[in-house]
Amino acid sequence: MTATDALPQQPRIAWQTGRVHAILDETSRVKSIILEPATWSGHWPGQHVDIRLTAEDGYQAERSYSIASPPEEKLLTLTVERVDGGEVSSYLLDELRVGDALEFRGPIGRHFIWSRTRGGPIFLVAGGTGITPLMAMLRHRRRSLAHTPASLIYSVRSLADAVYRDELDAMAQDDRDLRLVYALTREQPSNWSGHWGRVNEMLLANNSFAREHDPSIFVCGPTGFVESISSMLVKLGFDPFSIKTERFGPSGG
Amino acid sequence: MDRPPVSRGFRSTRQASEATRLPPGQYLTTDFPVLSAGPTPEIRVADWKVGLQLGGSLLGKWTWDEFEALPQSKITVDIHCVTKWTKFDTVWQGVSFDDLLRAAGVSEPPSAYVMAHCDGGYTTNLPVADLVAGRAMIATRYEGLPLAPAHGGPARLLVPHLYFWKSAKWLRRIRFMPNDEPGFWESRGYHNYGDPWREQRYDGD
Repeated sequence: MTATDALPQQPRIAWQTGRVHAILDETSRVKSIILEPATWSGHWPGQHVDIRLTAEDGYQAERSYSIASPPEEKLLTLTVERVDGGEVSSYLLDELRVGDALEFRGPIGRHFIWSRTRGGPIFLVAGGTGITPLMAMLRHRRRSLAHTPASLIYSVRSLADAVYRDELDAMAQDDRDLRLVYALTREQPSNWSGHWGRVNEMLLANNSFAREHDPSIFVCGPTGFVESISSMLVKLGFDPFSIKTERFGPSGG
Repeated sequence: MDRPPVSRGFRSTRQASEATRLPPGQYLTTDFPVLSAGPTPEIRVADWKVGLQLGGSLLGKWTWDEFEALPQSKITVDIHCVTKWTKFDTVWQGVSFDDLLRAAGVSEPPSAYVMAHCDGGYTTNLPVADLVAGRAMIATRYEGLPLAPAHGGPARLLVPHLYFWKSAKWLRRIRFMPNDEPGFWESRGYHNYGDPWREQRYDGD
C-alpha cells in the first residue's frame, strides 16, 4: 500500500481555457478580468482559481486569484493588482486583451467560504485587494436577496485605491442590513468624516456583531494587516475558530 | 493531453539556475510569506507541551525544557508552499522525528500514519514513512533564532519534501493512527499527500 491510495480519489480539478470577455480598470494598479469559462459548475463565494501562463518555449507560471463574482453569474471576475516585478500580474494587466484565451482551473478551497445557507451575520475586514473574495460574498448576499446582517471594514490608502467603490457605496446606500466603513490610512479628503488611519480595536468593536450572534468573520489582506486584525479580534473576545483568514504574501506575483 | 495554449506575449523572467530547483508551477521568493487558516495563537513556552500519542495513551510528553534537552538537528532545505512560492536554502534547527521516537523509547513506529494536532484546532495527516529516516523534524529555530509565532513558533513540524501546509505550525501532539484520515486542509479541497514535484496541490491532482 502506498501513502496516496489510502483515501478515495477525488476527480482532478481540470485545467480549462476561458476567454477574456472584458477587462475593467478598477484603480490605477488594479483591473478586473471578466472571464468566460468553457465549463463551470458554480463556486462558493471566497474560492479562488489558479491561472497558468505558458510561454513559447514551454515555460509556465501559475498564480492564484480570488473570484470576485458571485455564483449567480456565469462569467467569472478575477481582480488583479500589479505586483512590482511580478511576471504574472504584469502580463495580465499589460498584455492580456479581450478575446484572448486564458488557461485556468477551479474553483479551489473550502475553508475561506461563505454562502447564505450559513446564515449570518457576517463581519468582513479587507485590506487593499483583500476585498476580492469578500466582494464575492457581498455580491452573493445581494443577488440571493439574503438579508443577512453584514458589516465591511475596508482599509485602503486613499479613496482612489478602493476597488469596487461605486458598487459598494450603492449596495450600502439602500440596504439597512449592510454597514460599510472605510479606513483611509494615508490620504483623506478634506471633508472626510470617516475613519483616519489604520484599523484599530475601537473601529472593529464598533462595527462588528455581538459574540452571541455568532458572526462569521472573514479577514483578507496583506500578511501584516491580517496578523494585526485577527489578533485584535481575538483580544476583543471573538472565538479564534470563528475567524477565517486569508493572507496575501508580500511577494506574490 | 492537449498542449496548453501559448499565452501570447508571455515570456519567462526566471533565471536558468532556478529552473531545476523549482517544482512545477512554483516561483522563487526571497521573503517568507505567512499562510494560516486563522489568527496566530500566542503560546508561552512555559505552558507548552508536546505529546506523542497512540490511541488513548501517551508514548511520550515533553515540556519546553525537556524538549530543548533532546538531541538537536540542523538542516538547510528548500520549502514549497501550495500557494506557489518556493524559498531556497532555509535553515532550521529542532528535534528530528527519529530522535523524538528514540526519546520516547519507540523502536518501531506503531502504525503507518500520523495526525499532527496544533493549537487553533489545525490538523494535518502524514504517512510515518515521510517523517522517519531524517525526513522530518519538529523545528524550534529558523535561521538561528526562535521561531516567530506567525511562522509556527514555538514549535512546528518541518516536512520539507511535501507542500508546506504539511509542516504544521504550533504543533502540540502527534497521534499515530492505523488508517489514513484527512486533516484540516486535506478535508477542504487540498491533496491528501502533497508532493510538490508531482504538483499534488488539490483533491485529485
